[in-house]
Amino acid sequence: MMSMDQTSVTRLVIDTLAANPKVTHPISGGTVIVDDLGLDSLAVMDFVMEIEDKLDVSVPLDRLTDIRTVDDLARCLTELTSAR
Amino acid sequence: MSILAKYAALDAARRQLTETGCDPFAVQIEPGDSATEGWIDGRRVMLFGTNNYLGLSQHPASRDAAAEAALHQGSGTTGSRIANGTSASHQQLEAELAAFYGRRSCMVFSTGYQANLGMLSVLAGKDDHLLIDADSHASIYDGSRLSQAQVTRFRHNDPEDLHRRLRRLKGSPGCRLVVVEGIYSMLGDAAPLAEIAAVKREDGACLLVDEAHSLGVLGARGRGLAEAAGVEQDVDFIVGTFSKSLGSVGGYCVSDEPGFDILRVTCRPYMFTASPPPSVVASVRVALQLLQGAPELRERLWANARQFHGRLQRAGFSLGPEISPIVSVAMPDVPTAVTFWNMLLARGVYVNLTLPPATPDGRALLRSSLTAAHEPAQVEAAAGHFIASAIALGLALDAAPAEAAAARPTADVH
Repeated sequence: MMSMDQTSVTRLVIDTLAANPKVTHPISGGTVIVDDLGLDSLAVMDFVMEIEDKLDVSVPLDRLTDIRTVDDLARCLTELTSAR
Repeated sequence: MSILAKYAALDAARRQLTETGCDPFAVQIEPGDSATEGWIDGRRVMLFGTNNYLGLSQHPASRDAAAEAALHQGSGTTGSRIANGTSASHQQLEAELAAFYGRRSCMVFSTGYQANLGMLSVLAGKDDHLLIDADSHASIYDGSRLSQAQVTRFRHNDPEDLHRRLRRLKGSPGCRLVVVEGIYSMLGDAAPLAEIAAVKREDGACLLVDEAHSLGVLGARGRGLAEAAGVEQDVDFIVGTFSKSLGSVGGYCVSDEPGFDILRVTCRPYMFTASPPPSVVASVRVALQLLQGAPELRERLWANARQFHGRLQRAGFSLGPEISPIVSVAMPDVPTAVTFWNMLLARGVYVNLTLPPATPDGRALLRSSLTAAHEPAQVEAAAGHFIASAIALGLALDAAPAEAAAARPTADVH
């Protein structure tokens, strides 16, 4: 898969989150994934896995611990896709 | 502000769980006359949530060995293995475990948790890659964090996903260590180890299998899933615990890796904790002999597992993906799970209540574990209590009405 710019990746993250039945809260780039959406640690890892498959990248768990917002995640994914 | 304020939401959730009955995470169980019975609040209960797969925690020979060792060698070692905490019996236990697996080396840890913490942290360094199954036990996740390696999570029991993720790492430096479990503790499903071993070979990775729930449970000699799947040669490191089929506490790792002994002076969860006390080492050594000398225990365990699983399946409960000594019943939601769990306890059956995020896919589970020590009548009675509780709660079961009626208990055996 081609590398994507951060705006497109943010869109993909928001769309994936919005499709999650556990998520009912409106989502933007500044949404704090755990606190605002009420996802537990396992649900976050599972949702990241969905995006990993769409972008054909793996986000190391040690990097995931630094991610709080949708924008943080999009930035990390953009870096990983462009580093391939 | 209290330093514990960050746990306010968790505290509220926990209080809610205890409103309708007993605190499921603080049950006081006094041992009974056998491995299958105990006392809770002065009432006799059948134990169906102990992981005591072979029932050896109450075996007279294990108990006598523990008592004898405490009497002659004292209550504890008061020291680490690298200081004053190594005795001949620690080294003999390591030699016996290595011989049991036909491996060159073994290291014993004070708990099973520390065995995973220790091995993962010491095998995967800063520039290496750890690939762990998504449903891994907390000790594997924690060991991964301590390792400082890059940690990649692959889809549960999915060798293709593992292969895809190993492929994504192509070109990056460092060793790859794949970590899976023999039997997963929440749903009781086994890893597709032959397929995972094939991926490991193709991609040039190392493989560690945690046989915590499969030691004494799988394999012709009870060595676990690697033996049962015929891929022991592909498994570089086997980790396990003494706290389940061996009825005590502690953990171990066996390996043929040359130079393995260097880990004794680099593995912090091994070095900076007191070694197992003499009573523990003595009982484990006896239990290991019992495990090897009594394959009929394994047969009895599986007969009980088949009986319990079959009974609940016919009644229409939603169970794990395969028959196993761990039988987990999926509940529709957390409040139902808590009420059901309290009903079972009131009927004299103890099982484990397991809730998200400790469970896969956010499911609330009533997790039972069978043992070789259960009598068929106890298994029948426990299944009957599950069915009666479901009927009392009006829980929809998937079985046809005639089957559900046939599955109903005719009499309380317990």
